[in-house]
Amino acid sequence: MKTESKLEKVLASGALAVTSEVGPPRGAIPEKVKEKASLIKDHVDAINVTDNQTAMVRMSSWAAGVIIKQMGLDPILQMVTRDRNRLAIQSDIIGAYSMGINTMMCLSGDHVKFGDHPMANGVFDLDSIQLVQTVKKMRDEGKFQGGADIKSPPKMFIGAAANPFADPFELRVMRLAKKMKAGADFIQTQCIFNLDKFEKYMEMVCDRGLDEQIHILAGITPMKSAGMARYMKNKVPGMDVPDEVIKRMEAVPKEEQPEEGIKIAIESIERLKEVKGVHGFHIMAIEWEEKVPQIVEKAGLFPRPVL
Amino acid sequence: MKNFEPEIVAFCCHYCAYTAADMAGSKRISYPSNVKIIRIPCTGKVDAIHIMKALEKGADGVYVAGCLEGDCHFKNGNTRARYRVEHVQKYLEELGWEPERVAMINMSAGMGEFFARTALEFTQKIKQLGPNPIKIINTDKNQKAVS
Amino acid sequence: MITAEQKPLNEIIEYITPYDRILLVGCNECVTVCAAGGRKEVGLLASALNLHFLKQGRTIDITELTLERQCDPEYVEELVSEIDRADAILSMACGCGVQTIAERYKEKPVFPAVNTKFMGASESQGIWAERCRGCGDCLLGITGGICPVARCSKQLLNGPCGGTSNGMCEISPDVECAWCLIWERLKALGMEKRYEEIMEAKDFRPAGGGGPRKIIREDLSL
Repeated sequence: MKTESKLEKVLASGALAVTSEVGPPRGAIPEKVKEKASLIKDHVDAINVTDNQTAMVRMSSWAAGVIIKQMGLDPILQMVTRDRNRLAIQSDIIGAYSMGINTMMCLSGDHVKFGDHPMANGVFDLDSIQLVQTVKKMRDEGKFQGGADIKSPPKMFIGAAANPFADPFELRVMRLAKKMKAGADFIQTQCIFNLDKFEKYMEMVCDRGLDEQIHILAGITPMKSAGMARYMKNKVPGMDVPDEVIKRMEAVPKEEQPEEGIKIAIESIERLKEVKGVHGFHIMAIEWEEKVPQIVEKAGLFPRPVL
Repeated sequence: MKNFEPEIVAFCCHYCAYTAADMAGSKRISYPSNVKIIRIPCTGKVDAIHIMKALEKGADGVYVAGCLEGDCHFKNGNTRARYRVEHVQKYLEELGWEPERVAMINMSAGMGEFFARTALEFTQKIKQLGPNPIKIINTDKNQKAVS
Repeated sequence: MITAEQKPLNEIIEYITPYDRILLVGCNECVTVCAAGGRKEVGLLASALNLHFLKQGRTIDITELTLERQCDPEYVEELVSEIDRADAILSMACGCGVQTIAERYKEKPVFPAVNTKFMGASESQGIWAERCRGCGDCLLGITGGICPVARCSKQLLNGPCGGTSNGMCEISPDVECAWCLIWERLKALGMEKRYEEIMEAKDFRPAGGGGPRKIIREDLSL
């Protein structure tokens, strides 16, 4: 074991891991974090805490992660390189680790243009791959990015994101290999709606033998409505929602659409469980956390392993 | 300024508008004498500065008359002229002047009547807008100096 | 070249309103090429300012002058004969030109008439696009001749991010994804392997992180 991370232990045991996420509130409302985390606490192994997602200011992922840790749960600290330079990044990692957080997601982050501070200057002192390298160097070599020794280095289990659907498609596996080479231990993917394409991607991953060196958690997002499906297809960059999925959502009455969305999510998990290289699921129920337990249970991923 | 007779500068392309003006003359179609024609080899030769200088020197209105779109003798001089006129219009707007004081007009050499009508309509438009603001101020000033 | 765009007239007017005699100085280099502050634009701006002040019933004296290169003290020296007659200088050069004048003529206020934008190249007539950030450590040799620092919206050295669609950047369908361009170019050059080499975190000292930059060529300096 490289770390104390519960996620690492679950993955090492060979069980399918389950993670989900909590988006911190846009205000000093710690109760909100607790409330959201409570909804999913028994059904996941670890909880991603998003970092100013969609470039909107929120409670820091660091602080929200500590709140979740204090509930006896396992937060995954998301960190984007958009908002901090390498000094702030490393000090936050040490800080978070000192508060018991041992798992991280390394991301570049949405462009500030999309958020509520489009006039801000994006930092991008490092990119996501360099962030992975930095965290790994801190853990394995006990050194800061700049080269100096760390007294009692933080030992983070390192995650990174992959979007199998962004183009150019041919680059996607190479990019995954690059993240792995940089030191990523696990990957959480973008929401998967186009299962055929994802399976093709995983085939290419396995052909290169990457599945034996990195854990891939497939991203699952239940859709609330046909409108949401259309929005994701047309408005969210790098998202691939096939027309059949939209048609299927549209085919049921509006009040039954949420249920249909959940059904699709469960079916997707069932199908992807069989795909070689998929070691777990990351369920992103955007502002719909209360549905996570149902999905996990119906997909046969409950109870979660006790380690 | 009751009997305001505007001074209008028309930059006319030799290959179309200037010939059209000629035709209007030979057909005895009259057009307002307010319009002072400057013959140019192509409207592409008209630069923003020429239009600006005309206004600076007191012209109440300026228009550039070139060939029909796609018919420029030099391929696209008239399109360039249109862009320049639009550029000056934007400038005038920024300065708080009426952008309608300048215009781009397209016609062919055979459109004598159209030339005359355009000259008349543009003159009427400028009459409605009133004199070049610079002239108003300076006339007032001169009058004050006299009294 | 350095690109620039004229400031809104209102802002320029506000700067120079307190003065009666203006020395309006253009530059024959970059700002001439990008049609922001060459001889032509100097004439046009002078004319616009005249229209404005004449309408107010005020005559201001604008002297138009376009220097060979405003970022060079040798050429800026040419203003010596005009400077005494001016209450203020209005510069249509990039920020380098404005500062060269400010440094030489300390007793005269100097105002910028353009906003300096970026180092760019002409894509076609009338269109300029950013191509270089002057990071001081050129990467073009390993990125297929396309700069991720200047052209990736997130300056990713290991891109593309997950936001590309159809070769365009997530920030706008009008912005090309630099990393898609790099990838296409590497493929065309048969250098696909290079993509999988990780580019290490950038040293930002040559990019200006180490303070204002300077080049000293002892073989050339007097």
